[in-house]
Amino acid sequence: MVAFTRIDEEPIYIRSKIYEPDHLVVLEPTLIGAIDVTEGLKPGGWIIINSDKKAADFSQFKGFKVATIDATSIAVKYRLGSSAAPIVNTAILGALSKITGFVGLDAVRDAVREIAPVKKDENVKASEEAYEIAEAEQEQP
Amino acid sequence: MSDEIKWTKESDMPLMAMSLGRMTVNKTGSWRNLRPIIDKEKCIKCGICWKFCPDVSIEIDEEDYPVVVLDFCKGCGICVVECPKDAIKMVKED
Amino acid sequence: MQKVIMGNHALSWGALLSRAEVIAAYPITPQTEVVELLSNMCADGDLDAQFIKVESEHSAMAASMGASAAGARTFTATSAQGLALMHEVLHWATGARLPIVMGNINRAMAPPWTIWTEQTDSISERDTGWLQIYTSSIQEILDSVIQAYKVAEQVYLPVMVVLDSFVLSHTNENCDIPDQKKVDAYLPKFNNEYKLDVNKPAAYGGLTGPDWYYELRYKIQKDTERSLDLFVETGKEFGEVFGREYGLVETYKMDDADTVLVTSASIASTARPVIDAMREEGHKVGLVRVRVFRPFPSDLMRKLLAGRKKVLVVDRNISFGMSGAFYEETKAALYNVKSSPPMWGYIAGLGGRDVPTNVVRDMIDQTLSEDHPEGDIIWIGVKK
Repeated sequence: MVAFTRIDEEPIYIRSKIYEPDHLVVLEPTLIGAIDVTEGLKPGGWIIINSDKKAADFSQFKGFKVATIDATSIAVKYRLGSSAAPIVNTAILGALSKITGFVGLDAVRDAVREIAPVKKDENVKASEEAYEIAEAEQEQP
Repeated sequence: MSDEIKWTKESDMPLMAMSLGRMTVNKTGSWRNLRPIIDKEKCIKCGICWKFCPDVSIEIDEEDYPVVVLDFCKGCGICVVECPKDAIKMVKED
Repeated sequence: MQKVIMGNHALSWGALLSRAEVIAAYPITPQTEVVELLSNMCADGDLDAQFIKVESEHSAMAASMGASAAGARTFTATSAQGLALMHEVLHWATGARLPIVMGNINRAMAPPWTIWTEQTDSISERDTGWLQIYTSSIQEILDSVIQAYKVAEQVYLPVMVVLDSFVLSHTNENCDIPDQKKVDAYLPKFNNEYKLDVNKPAAYGGLTGPDWYYELRYKIQKDTERSLDLFVETGKEFGEVFGREYGLVETYKMDDADTVLVTSASIASTARPVIDAMREEGHKVGLVRVRVFRPFPSDLMRKLLAGRKKVLVVDRNISFGMSGAFYEETKAALYNVKSSPPMWGYIAGLGGRDVPTNVVRDMIDQTLSEDHPEGDIIWIGVKK
């Protein structure tokens, strides 16, 4: 399953899928073996992977900037979703903020607090923890 | 039909198909060519004819006897068929 | 108040701000979130409305008719199979002159089973007399619900606010939620002059023979035509009150355009950067986004398109045996005009097939490269 986000300071008019993303987030690491997640990804783009491995372990992604964050463990720790199907996106957001700097942590906190339907505190903590441990400069493959 | 409302042009008409008053102006009794006659001797005041009349054209009087409302009765004859005592018969309208 | 919301929720907010009093609906993907949020809003006391769970879309429209006839401002929403199921009752709502507002999420018709976007469902209802607004942004969805009530209640005709499945319904975007007081000032309480009233009994929709049925249809058409000016008026007023003006169409870079792209909904939005890029290259291209499709703004289309060199129309719908609806109707509007340009009719995006900028570009390029269209219908990207 694929989702798309466009971010701009000007109004966005394009309403199609994204075929040449600037950056990529992979929430489910098993996809990496199954499909070519980098299809269309612009050279030098970020690939942020939910994984307990290190960035250097993803040697197949030469030419891109790789970052990893163990969002699953964070989600399980704060009991977001179930241990079989943890809700990792609030953690990923925190990591995204630290690694790319697109949005600040305060913005992430506000957004998560507004949108999380339940466990608002836990979701915010997950974002914060992911932000803390995500390494902005990761060893590249 | 009495009190029929007539108009001659579109601009006189209401916005939608609607009668401009109660439908009681439409006296459907004029459609009848057979009229029900209730025999009070045979009638046991069970009220079945009143229940079955599809046009609400039978009323119950002070003595609990059914009375046909001739302004609206269309002469369908369902009351005759349903009466358990054959107390109603249809006669030709003159 | 600024809020990032999904297209479906923009419909719900529109209904809440319009102070809808009765909501009768049945769920269907991709509409479900509309009524889920409305049901929450009712339960939380934010919306003072009767929420009726009905057993089918046919019942949803029937219940809506009853509520509207009783004088309540009524809202519902559906999509594709659900819209088709209520087809008979759509005719009823028009004939009964009931100003119901309904959100329709454009979804392709089955079989094969699908949930993705296509306009054929609402296009199939263009003969029912319902007014139709095709939206192309989350903000427009919310705003159009409010405007729809204002027009509907002046012409006593129902209105559907139409949006693309997923591309709009499930896209989250920044949206200004207007202030309730401002909406109340713009949209007064609904006063149905013909409402059911036990103290003034009347019979509605009774048997009408050939003597007078024709005149009643004449009235519907006249009021539909009247709504053209009302859409413009209420759209201008919306601009004055809320800062966003809406018209029958939206034009982009049309002043000196030789070649005009006519389209609607999300494809019209994606087309804007394509027009910009082609202008940079020196092409004189312009865009007309048709927003109000019923009534079809024929006069305005004539004004905008007469005298241009070429027109291409992109339809995300098809009437089998003919072609796309926006194309057919644009051609029809221009037929008697002497300086009517040749018109190309493209079919794109059926069943949710993505229409990115390069596909829009391909269609404009094809038109630029030809003197006349080769046929009555042009398919884009068929895997042959």
